[in-house]
Amino acid sequence: MDYKDYYSVMGVARDATQDEIKRAYRKLARKFHPDVSKAADAERRFKELGEAYEVLKDPEKRAAYDQLGRNWQAGQDFRPPPDWGAGFEFTGGVGDTAGAAGFSDFFESLFGRGAGFQSPGFSRAAQSPGRGEDHHSRIDISLEDAFNGATISLQLRVPEYDLQGHLSEHLRKLQVKVPRGVTSGKRIRLTGQGGAGYKGGPAGDLYLEVWLRPHALYKVEGKNVFINLPITPWEAALGGKVKVPTLGGKVDLNIGAGARSGQKLRLKGRGLPVAGEPPGDQFAVLQIMAPPADNAEKRALYEKMAHEMSFNPRAQMGG
Amino acid sequence: MGGLQQSYQPDVEYSLTLAEISRCCGATTEQILVLTTEGILSPRGVNPRDWRFGSADLGRALSALRLERDLGVNAAGAALAIELLDEMQQLRDRVRRLETMLYER
Repeated sequence: MDYKDYYSVMGVARDATQDEIKRAYRKLARKFHPDVSKAADAERRFKELGEAYEVLKDPEKRAAYDQLGRNWQAGQDFRPPPDWGAGFEFTGGVGDTAGAAGFSDFFESLFGRGAGFQSPGFSRAAQSPGRGEDHHSRIDISLEDAFNGATISLQLRVPEYDLQGHLSEHLRKLQVKVPRGVTSGKRIRLTGQGGAGYKGGPAGDLYLEVWLRPHALYKVEGKNVFINLPITPWEAALGGKVKVPTLGGKVDLNIGAGARSGQKLRLKGRGLPVAGEPPGDQFAVLQIMAPPADNAEKRALYEKMAHEMSFNPRAQMGG
Repeated sequence: MGGLQQSYQPDVEYSLTLAEISRCCGATTEQILVLTTEGILSPRGVNPRDWRFGSADLGRALSALRLERDLGVNAAGAALAIELLDEMQQLRDRVRRLETMLYER
């Protein structure tokens, strides 16, 4: 197993005071808290931090850890010394700091396997006896699936405690029929698919938080959908009817004469459906594209325009 | 083996009583009461006996409880953080949309 340098995880010196350690923990916890940070590795960093703090905040554990010596490098292959633990008494199990699953093997080899973590949503202590816990997880779906509804295959890593309190994980596969109109941030519930009941009690429920994957063409804001719509200079100047893709298929859009780049045209009700609410809208944002002057005829046309149209788009700038 | 996979129909619209949401979050009913007083949760119904919490309440309760536990803030602090985080998320979505729409061509 890999040696963990708890001091460098917390960014404190080896002789830091308990106050300094607490301050460092608070500061880093605010920075990497998974509910606060959007960084991809926030959850891992936060867990590491919780483990480091669990050791360094406790004078007994810290003294024992320090006794390993300064010569270890983070990531170095580690085995506890044979006389490990002699003369130290670790009180209590693992505390209630961060982390939804167990600490590292390194931690467990030094301080034993604690009695799991009391984490909201991951609580092992059932409030009402008999019934299994409710579990929480996340499901990523595409925008098309959110619009149309779809059956999604899901793999869940389910933590399990054996009779000795050891934590292990097993993979669980299930298929979920996500109905049309489920948007980002929504939690859907699978009744009876959570933790098993105790002594014949009913199973808990499984809650899945839905996340929409980003889409190449459509940008989503709430229930509204945005799309860049390229148009020709003559469509912009003269107006006309163009085809616009929407999640529900292509629709005709009328562009009024004198359209501008960046103009937003609304397609009412063509956004995401939402249960119990009017659906969102789609907005087409116009982008006027100039055709390239890549042959003699096209160049001649541009030159004709340059001569015959008195147009100065920079007039407002005094240019 | 793959063919044995069962397919499940989830509930999208559901409501939870005070006892249910407390259990679901691994929290006490007192903690949920405080979060409601702070305005983090907005159940339907007048008195706690009739309260019904929705899916959005559940997400906010889980977040608030994690913030309280991990950052040492109280319910009012968690409420402030959650409101600011919601606002940041909306701004982030908007910036992302505007940026990609401006630069993608």
